[in-house]
Amino acid sequence: MKLPFRFLVPAIAFAVLVAFFVIGLQREPGRIPSPLIGKPAPAFSLESLGEPAWKVGSADFSGRPWLLNVWATWCVGCRDEHEALLAIARENRVAIMGLNWRDDRALALRWLAQLGNPYVSVAYDPEGRTAIDWGVYGAPETFLVDADGRVIKKHVGPLTMETWEREFLPLLPPAEAAK
Amino acid sequence: MKRIAALVAMLLLGPLAAAVDSGQRFEDPAEQARYERLIRDLRCLVCRSESIADSNAMLASDLRREVETLIRAGRSDEEIDAFMTERYGDFVLLRPPVAPRTWLLWAGPALFLIGGLGIVFVVVRRRARAARANPAALDEEPDRP
Amino acid sequence: MIPELGHFALILALLLSVAQAVFNLGGAARGNMAWMAAGRSAVVGQFVFVALAFGSLAWAFIQRDFSVVYVATNSHSQLPLFYRIAAVWGAHEGSLLLWSLCLAGWTLAVAACSGSLEAPFRSRVLGFLGLISIGFQLFMLTTSNPFKRLMPAASEGLDLNPLLQDFALAVHPPILYLGYVGFSVAFAFACATLLEGRLDAAWARWTRPWTLAAWLFLTIGIALGSWWAYYELGWGGWWFWDPVENASFMPWLAGTALIHSLAVTEKRGLFKSWTLLLAVSAFSLSLLGTFLVRSGVLISVHAFATDPKRGIFILAFLTIVIGGALLLYAWRAPRLKSAAGFEVTARESFLLFNNAFLVAALGLILLGTLYPLFMDALELGKISVGPPYFELVFLVPMLPLLALLGVGMHAAWKRGLLGSARNRLYAAAGLGIGGALLIGGAAYGDLRPMTTLGFALALWVMLSALAIPLARIRARQPLPAAVLGMVVAHFGIGLATLGITGVQSFKVEKDFALAVGEAAQIAGYDFRFAAIRDVQGPNFIGVEADIVVTREGSPVTVLHPQKRLYNSGGNPMTEAGIEVGAARDLFAALGDELGQGRWSLRLQYKPLIRYIWLGAILVAFGGLIAALDRRYRVPAQARAGETVPATQ
Repeated sequence: MKLPFRFLVPAIAFAVLVAFFVIGLQREPGRIPSPLIGKPAPAFSLESLGEPAWKVGSADFSGRPWLLNVWATWCVGCRDEHEALLAIARENRVAIMGLNWRDDRALALRWLAQLGNPYVSVAYDPEGRTAIDWGVYGAPETFLVDADGRVIKKHVGPLTMETWEREFLPLLPPAEAAK
Repeated sequence: MKRIAALVAMLLLGPLAAAVDSGQRFEDPAEQARYERLIRDLRCLVCRSESIADSNAMLASDLRREVETLIRAGRSDEEIDAFMTERYGDFVLLRPPVAPRTWLLWAGPALFLIGGLGIVFVVVRRRARAARANPAALDEEPDRP
Repeated sequence: MIPELGHFALILALLLSVAQAVFNLGGAARGNMAWMAAGRSAVVGQFVFVALAFGSLAWAFIQRDFSVVYVATNSHSQLPLFYRIAAVWGAHEGSLLLWSLCLAGWTLAVAACSGSLEAPFRSRVLGFLGLISIGFQLFMLTTSNPFKRLMPAASEGLDLNPLLQDFALAVHPPILYLGYVGFSVAFAFACATLLEGRLDAAWARWTRPWTLAAWLFLTIGIALGSWWAYYELGWGGWWFWDPVENASFMPWLAGTALIHSLAVTEKRGLFKSWTLLLAVSAFSLSLLGTFLVRSGVLISVHAFATDPKRGIFILAFLTIVIGGALLLYAWRAPRLKSAAGFEVTARESFLLFNNAFLVAALGLILLGTLYPLFMDALELGKISVGPPYFELVFLVPMLPLLALLGVGMHAAWKRGLLGSARNRLYAAAGLGIGGALLIGGAAYGDLRPMTTLGFALALWVMLSALAIPLARIRARQPLPAAVLGMVVAHFGIGLATLGITGVQSFKVEKDFALAVGEAAQIAGYDFRFAAIRDVQGPNFIGVEADIVVTREGSPVTVLHPQKRLYNSGGNPMTEAGIEVGAARDLFAALGDELGQGRWSLRLQYKPLIRYIWLGAILVAFGGLIAALDRRYRVPAQARAGETVPATQ
């Protein structure tokens, strides 16, 4: 049974396609990786949410790892993750800086007063320019910056204790009392 | 009461105090054309099926404003694309980059067409030769409607 | 109770599908008439039980039975009756049941209308259709059961996705699926032909009307989706080259190439193996589309909620069906040769070029849609391939296609002597160019090269198509339905091209921040934001604006865009206010409230956009006319003594 090769081309091409699909099914296409991973954290210096005369910036925590948590009062997911953030703050492993994104100062302060404040400091970004520099496309988002000032992880969506323990803790240096 | 509730609901669901632009940002038509093309080529990461030109999302209008600022600052189109991809990754470009890893993508359409036309030319020539070699056979074929 | 009956009916349907496949294929292989007759009965039985299952699910929706998970997640007590029924296919599980119903329906139609086919061949066709039915029903029963119960029953449903609470989108899936699934008929004919090792081309005649019917449904389905996106999504676009849209466009392109290739195979017995490959491809692309939108392997806002387990099942099914058919092709197709010839300018030649262009277009869309997947799988990063890419490269095969289309319609078979057609074509070309300059220059004051080219090609195709019936009438020649259908369909293509060129070249879209009483101008029209008030619907509340449109002082219309908040929650939905005109649409959509009484308003001027969908409808209508040609209803005789004995 002679089989001219060209008649097998469709079947072979299809087989290659299926191979790609098998690989593709094992990856998560919905996840958009951040191009900032491994790069220095984008520098910023913004007004503090509570005290406009003070400045809060990316250089504040140099020398130790810290979290940047992007949040806003209009963001439903931020409310969901607030408990977890408070718990993480209590653990005292890393300092958490908040980035209040496109929000109203008074509303934000009231929100923190009512629900609790897990942040060491909060930067106020009403224009959203700093958020753009960090590649933020939705709230909440949380970034882990290492002691050298490099972004080593980005988490999109509400942070849960499970995610914190499974994905963030392994990236931190062994526990020591935070200052 | 219901009206207030509806309005409050809409206010909560949408961000506050976003200044919405009219489309006309630049006096210079060349810059305006650049602006319009750039915003059409950038994906809105919130409503993924739209460009930032079309999307109503807050992020889309923020990025439109960013593109405008960068054009006014004298940046080129490549620099503006680089600005966006440094922050959001290649995924944000609706027009795929032209790089070695995308050569097949950009060359593909032309290659497909050339390949297809090539095959067609070969086949047509062969059939035309057969027709000229044996014109009687054409007439003898039963005429199906 | 009813949902359990529905579930049971589905299980019975699966058993009957197995019977259908076994008895038909086995009976044909053994030459056993009794088995083949049993296989045909199984077709009827399968349809009855799938219909019962579908009916049960519909009943559960109509009765608001929230003890069924699928009903609870897709319905609401206040959902109007029409949408409660449409909700049956509103999500993954129910849409699979719709697929299965369409397949059972097409199979029944084939069984009923194929009396003139030889029994073994007919049985093989039905058998292959049965194999496909097994796949879908098994998929439902193992991973996607629409009848799963919710204990305790929900007191209220989560409501149908508000985007789907719209007439056009409610009917879009059934029509689209009739198209997708209809290609399975051509697929089954092709597989049966390959399996039997038939060397003649009689199957081409049998397949043609079925393919035309499926293709015209797909045309309407795609046009409906595009039209819906335009008026419902609030951004005024009508095609985004989104993976789900591409997943429907690719089978359409393959189907279009197929109906043209079938013409050559039927008429002259040429390109048999190529036509068979196209028949396999059209349905394969339908299945591929199903995989792409349900497996989560591509990012798309349109896609169904995804689950990797489902993805694996569909992929396995795909591999068996398509892989099997392609191996069958590789095994049998080499024997199919023909010696017939034709001149360079013959119709056969033009149809071959048509296929080259359509397949090139199909290939580039497949490449662009899957390239992000390829790159991600090879760990080269995640990229997007969007409209800027597709809009540019799609023109590469399309422009020459449109140009040659006008000539090809007039080319004669075999010898291709154009004769008197030549003068008609020169006239059409001249009028086309002239008309394009007139439209561009006089109507829109803009003679950009691409725009003028687009208008010229559109008019060229339309005039060339009209020339055919005019010439026939003048020469007192008959105008059979097949020819008339072709003319109407090609005219529709030209009309759609006219619309696309117009809207892409001259549309104006701007956003404004207006308070009540303020106005904005675009394209010579003045839009005044006159009022805004609350509105209430059966399951939503919202606001509605009055936009008074005038042009140079004289009133044009009042638009009423709405912004709705459905009781079941979710994002606000925009209902655009659209004024339809012979030459343009005026479009207004409400955006967000900006505070201080200002609202964001998107205003658009869309010239010639209606002709896109009008053209598409004519294309489908042309297909319908052609499918009803008398010759398809005359029983076909197979050419004697040209069949290779069927092997196991």
